[in-house]
Amino acid sequence: MKSLFLGFLLMACYAPLSADENRGTGDLGIVVERANGSLQVIESSGNTLLGRIEGLGDLSHASAVFSRDERFAYLFGRDGGLTKVDILQRKVVARTIQSGNSIGGAISQDGTLVAVSNYQPGGVRIFNAATLAPVAEIPAEYGGGKPSKVVGLVDAPGNRFVFSLWDAGEIWVAEMNDPAKPVIHKYKGVGMQPYDALITPDGRYYIAGLYGEDGLALLDLWNLDKGPRRILGDYGKGQQKLPVYKMPHLEGWAVAGRQLFIPAVGRHQVLVVDTETWREVGRLDMHGQPVFVMSRPDGRQVWVNFAFPDNDTIQVIDTQSRKLIKTLQPGKGVLHMEFEPRGEEVWVSVRDIDRLQVYDTDSFERVAEWPAMKPSGIFLTSRAHRIGL
Amino acid sequence: MKSPVLIAVSLALLTQSGWAAEIAAPRRAELFNLLKHDCGSCHGLSLKGGLGPALTPDALMGKPVDFLAATILYGRAGTPMPPWRPFLSDLEATWLAERIKEGVR
Repeated sequence: MKSLFLGFLLMACYAPLSADENRGTGDLGIVVERANGSLQVIESSGNTLLGRIEGLGDLSHASAVFSRDERFAYLFGRDGGLTKVDILQRKVVARTIQSGNSIGGAISQDGTLVAVSNYQPGGVRIFNAATLAPVAEIPAEYGGGKPSKVVGLVDAPGNRFVFSLWDAGEIWVAEMNDPAKPVIHKYKGVGMQPYDALITPDGRYYIAGLYGEDGLALLDLWNLDKGPRRILGDYGKGQQKLPVYKMPHLEGWAVAGRQLFIPAVGRHQVLVVDTETWREVGRLDMHGQPVFVMSRPDGRQVWVNFAFPDNDTIQVIDTQSRKLIKTLQPGKGVLHMEFEPRGEEVWVSVRDIDRLQVYDTDSFERVAEWPAMKPSGIFLTSRAHRIGL
Repeated sequence: MKSPVLIAVSLALLTQSGWAAEIAAPRRAELFNLLKHDCGSCHGLSLKGGLGPALTPDALMGKPVDFLAATILYGRAGTPMPPWRPFLSDLEATWLAERIKEGVR
């Protein structure tokens, strides 16, 4: 409690980092303040806020990737804005409105290209990571020219981007060896309404969750000739699904040994999948519809948050025993969780009470709390060196 | 199960009689927060669309308030739009539909 009070006290009189101070960025990160189109720059060694970056437009559902030097972040905003910010100097260095309505993005393996997936008009646009100058455009057309919304865009080894087409039910792999002329491989009929996707930390498997039917689509990027296959296709067959008040995310790849933990859609459950056989090996009943199912970096714990109206709660799974070991109630509107690189602490954004909180993942004690304006996504720079993030 | 016609008629009556004005201010703030952030998670914070369609006055031209209120309350089969009936009264759904029709900044 004392540390919380101290935290607020410090907040009142903290001195912002001077822009030209010599400093690494490995313990820095950004938090999206969605209502105000601003970012908070955070620092995870002392768990403090360093200052705000403003003027980024509509940041609802915004996500970010980092340059490989961990100095710059690329923000993908809902209004189609692509913004490059300098985390050290805390300012916008480039910004372009690249479409009417976008959903996410990725940075290429070699760090030279940034890709943005769009809802309106659909498709993927590729930009020069240094300047944000346009490099290529991949229209996501299907069935004789209909545009599709694009979701689940990730980078993959081999300087490739992989993404899913919500309307078309397809997965596309774009090879970027000649950036101006991407070579596209299309995989059709992967399932109805892929809503998001993840890639395994080794960059081998791309997995798209399906909203429109049961199961997930799995593509082995080491063996593209084998094409996509359906996994967990008979999960929940014939059962009535519950309404989904927020689409789950598949960003967190939660693995312990060979177990993968993923959110069920329309059910208050987390599914456990064996990554050797790709069969379901267990399921856990949860507090609500899971949104993020995130693994602590060591894989020992999985933290889960929930959709409205259960979004005041976080539950923690012990992956060894596959049992719930903790239920936390940070406050209404828990939107995102981000582990520090080695997992000893986790940052949590709590939208409705305008708070950022930091928890010790061993004791589950809250160790810091800061005010923030409608915080949502939290992105630490350590993502710069992880495939698919 | 009420008939859709009955629902439409009663919603229309609610609107006309101005009961929407009787939602208490704190609840209106809650509803507005819900609209921006929870509806916004699919329809966009400024309701210009996302995975779900745009809910701007232009996009909703020709769609009556009672139709929108019924969609909010009962969802739309075959789409991800869920029913918000467990969390909203008829009056509140109508109030939200009116806000959407007139445009939310």
